[in-house]
Parts: sequence; structure tokens; C-alpha cells
Amino acid sequence: MMGPIFTVARKEFKDGFRNRWIVAISGIYALLAIGLAFFGAAASGTLGFVSLDSTMSALASLAVFIIPLIALMLCYDAFVGEQESGTLLLLLTYPLSKTQLLLGKFVGHGAILAVANIIGFGTAALVVCLFGEEVDVANVIAKFSAFIAYAILLSWVFIGVAFTISCLVDEKSKAAGLALICWFLLVLVFDLALLALLVAGDGIIDAQMLPYLLWLNPTDLFRLINLNGLSLDEYAGVMSVAAGAQFSQPTLILVMLMWVILPLGLANFLFNRKGL
Amino acid sequence: MSNNIVNLAQVHKSFGTVNALNGIDLNLAEGEVLGLFGHNGAGKSTLMKMILGLFEPTQGTIEVMGHNPTSSKAAKVRQQIGYLPENVSFYDQLTGQEVLTYFARLKRIKLSRVNQLLDEVGLAPAMLRQVKTYSKGMRQRLGLAQAMLGSPKLLLLDEPTVGLDPIATHQFYQSVDSLKRQGSAVILCSHVLPGVERHISKLMIVSGGKTLAAGTISQLRQQTQLPVIIKTRGLNHQQLDGLDLGVFIDQAQDDSVDLHVPNDIAQQVLVKIAPLPQLTHFEMTHASLEDLYLHYLQQSQPTRIKEVS
Repeated sequence: MMGPIFTVARKEFKDGFRNRWIVAISGIYALLAIGLAFFGAAASGTLGFVSLDSTMSALASLAVFIIPLIALMLCYDAFVGEQESGTLLLLLTYPLSKTQLLLGKFVGHGAILAVANIIGFGTAALVVCLFGEEVDVANVIAKFSAFIAYAILLSWVFIGVAFTISCLVDEKSKAAGLALICWFLLVLVFDLALLALLVAGDGIIDAQMLPYLLWLNPTDLFRLINLNGLSLDEYAGVMSVAAGAQFSQPTLILVMLMWVILPLGLANFLFNRKGL
Repeated sequence: MSNNIVNLAQVHKSFGTVNALNGIDLNLAEGEVLGLFGHNGAGKSTLMKMILGLFEPTQGTIEVMGHNPTSSKAAKVRQQIGYLPENVSFYDQLTGQEVLTYFARLKRIKLSRVNQLLDEVGLAPAMLRQVKTYSKGMRQRLGLAQAMLGSPKLLLLDEPTVGLDPIATHQFYQSVDSLKRQGSAVILCSHVLPGVERHISKLMIVSGGKTLAAGTISQLRQQTQLPVIIKTRGLNHQQLDGLDLGVFIDQAQDDSVDLHVPNDIAQQVLVKIAPLPQLTHFEMTHASLEDLYLHYLQQSQPTRIKEVS
């Protein structure tokens, strides 16, 4: 059972090294985090490292755009790409099930993104420890470790979403378009729509229910999880919806895990139904 | 239970409104090589994919080594099947060796076989190069090495010799012959007819998803009653008339006469003309695979036209 999964995962992971995905993503993440840590406060007239909490908060709200995009770009062609090139047909005549192939690809791609997250944001943490003024090293390590764990979780969610897209369509170009639309809807439109609902539709939705709407979007969950761990005075934008409801961290992580499993399950269902 | 490797009974397959296969029967035993012939879109590739378990039949049953190939138990069976798809493609950015290693791992075959196989198909000098630098023929050879992984009990080859030079083609047929001797069953799907006849034990001609003909070559020769052509030198019309062979004369020019003789009396005719002292040379040709193929396709044309209208 595990043999073929591991074989596929190993191949996918090696591919990630070969075509420089891991290096590129790590670089982007490191630059993003270091830039925010030292120049994030430039707008308010200060240069240099200000505070860990404001850095993490800024990082969470920017990473939420870039992490899903990168996961979608890495994985949108996982199945449709091999279908177009013809290798999928050959693979399916081998002694491995479609589910094993899907899980193998998930483990491989999941490992690529996990490694890139760890190297990228880990480097940033190291730089903050070395060059930041008056930093509590233990606190930096704790906060960054938590952030990296959540970032990996968010990456995995979007691998599942990308796989679903990849199993849904028969052309690579369509998958790319759908992935972009998906990103746009979840990362941008969803929050705007929720805010509009808040402002315009006063009382339409039960106030108690409102915070749970954030569960419907993994990117909002990611921000919630990150903000929960920080001592910030106020939640900005759509996050204010959740200010009233005190979700516990384990609950949010559990919901996030559901967001990993559900799209992956959907992708598996579509893949098993897909004709060649 | 029969000891057939492949059993197909009345297999139908339709994709939407298109009938790809219409009642195909097929049995293939150990050590048999089946040549599967037909024009493009006749259903050859679909038939292969169904034996591989990629589609369920709409009707009928398929059994491969005693299992339904689409069942979950078929994974074990797949270990013993080699397949070369038409227009095979691989991971371009990997080297030939890496590609074959990946497939060997998936089939749980000793990795030492990888270099050995690459050597056998003549790719050893190029095995460390990326597949994207390979020519069409080299890709095809890599595909063959892939299909031969693990000495399969059943080998399905879709257009295996496309892009191969004559030497590689010869080597390929030698590997098929040796697998056949080891008891593997092989299905060979091809447009390229010359040269195939010596390597197949039986053949099947399909058109429009139906079997037009199936059997050994000699059975089909018998069935079609295609004449044996005997070319003679040194004899003339009168001499042959004297032997009551005038009716068989197809072409006569000076001293070279061609006879078209029914298959079953070809030998008697030979016995009659062989003692003639004037005979300087003769050649006897049986209906070739190509002749049989064309004969059956032409026979089926009227029905095909009817189906379209």
C-alpha cells in the first residue's frame, strides 16, 4: 500500500528540486518575511526592525495572498499535465491505484512546499535573530515556528484545491485559468463580499453565525489562526467579524485540517471517476 | 478455468453514442502472439486499453489471467503486464535511466534490471541524457524497455516498430520471439504489415469495432481462397494447356507465365510442372498478410458504406 505512494512522492519531490521550485519559493518567502521585518514600518517613518508581533501580523496578511498562489501554480497541472503528455495513461496501467497516485503526488508536493516554507521563513527568522535590535530569540523562534506550521497547513489546503481543479478539466490551460479564478475568489472576493454583507445586509445574518462564515474560507482561517497567537489591539477589516467569537486555536487548526482533507477527498473522487 | 491469459467474450464498448467495439471475442494462450490489425479508429487501441482495465466494457466480459482487469484484485495482475502505448511519451526533464528507474520501482522490479534493459534496447550510451534530447526512435526504444520490465506474462504493444530503424526493428522482434518462448502472451497492434507474419501465431483484423477475421494465417488463407501465385520461366501457354493448367494462367509473356492457383491444389500443380524439362525457374508466393488484410477490408466496405448512410 505505502510502496507506490512513496515512489510517486519521491519522484515529485525530486522534480521540485530539479526544476528549482524549492529554491525559488524559499527565496520568495525569505525575501517577503525579511522585507516586512525590517522595512514594514517604513510607511510610518521608521526603518529597521520594530516589533515581532507587528511583523508577524503583516507577514500573515501578505503571506495569505502569496502562499495559495504558489501552491496553485505548483500543482494545477499535477494530473491534467500528465494526462496531456500521455504519461498518466501509462502510469495507470502500472500496479498502483488512482488513490495511491493521488496520495503520492500530495505527499511529494506537500513535502516540496513544507521544505520551502521552512527554509524561506526559517531564514527570515534567523536574520531577525541576528540583525534585529533587542529581540527575544526564544520568542522569535516560537512565533516563527507557529507561523511556519500554519503556512504549511495553508499550502496543503491549496494543493488539495489545485488537485481538484486538475482532475476536473481535460486541458492544462483550463486548469490554469480555473486556478487563477479560484485564487481570486478565495483571497480577494470572499472578504469583500463578506464585508458588504456586514455593512449592507444589516441583520440578515444572525450575528452569532457571522464568525463561522470565516470557516468557509481557508485563507481567513489562516489569518485568524495567526492573529489569535498575537497580542494585537484590534483586528482589521474582515477579521473584526471574528473579534467577538473567541475560537480556540485547536478548533481553528482542526477546521483547517478539514480544509486539507475535503478538497483532497473531492479530487480523489473526481480522479477515480475521470475517463482517459 | 482455462489457462488462457486473455479471454474476451462478446465485448461491447460505447462512448456516448459512438460504438467503439461491437461484440469482440478473443482468446489468447501462453506463448501466443496475436497480431491485431485494422485501420485508424478501428478499435485496436480501445481493445488494448480494456484489456489493461482502463475502461469497463459496456457489455460482455474480460478476463486477464483469471481476473477482471478493472477489479481491485487486478493490481497483482498488472505487475505481470507490459504495455507500450501508441506515441509513448515520458517525463522530458528526466534522464532515460531515471524514467526507467521510476517505472521499475512502481513495478517493484530489481533496479539492476534497469541498466540491463537500457543496454538491451541500445540506449546505454544515452541513458544519462534527458529524454527531451532523444529522437523519436530512442523514445520508442525506451518505451519498449519500459514495457519489457519484469518479463511480463502479457505484453500489449501498440505500434511498437514506428520510428525504429531496420536493425532496431529486427532486435525488437527477437525480444518478442524470446518472450514468446518463455511463455508470454503478446498482442501486437500494427499498421506495418511486412515482416510481422513470421512473428505472430495468429491474427485478428478489426474494422468499425467488429472482428472481420480471426485465426492463424493459414486458416485465413484457406478461408479467403486467395490464390497462390506461381511464377514460371521457360514454359509457354501450350505446354500448360496440355497439362490442363490453362485456366490458371493470369499473365503470359514470352516464356514467363504467372499462374493463380487455388490454395488447396497448389501442390498438385507444382507436382505437374516440376518435371517439365523446359522449366528453368519458378517462384511460389502465398497470399501475404497484406493481401489478406486488403481482402477482408474490401469485403467489409459495402457494409461500412451502408452503416454510414
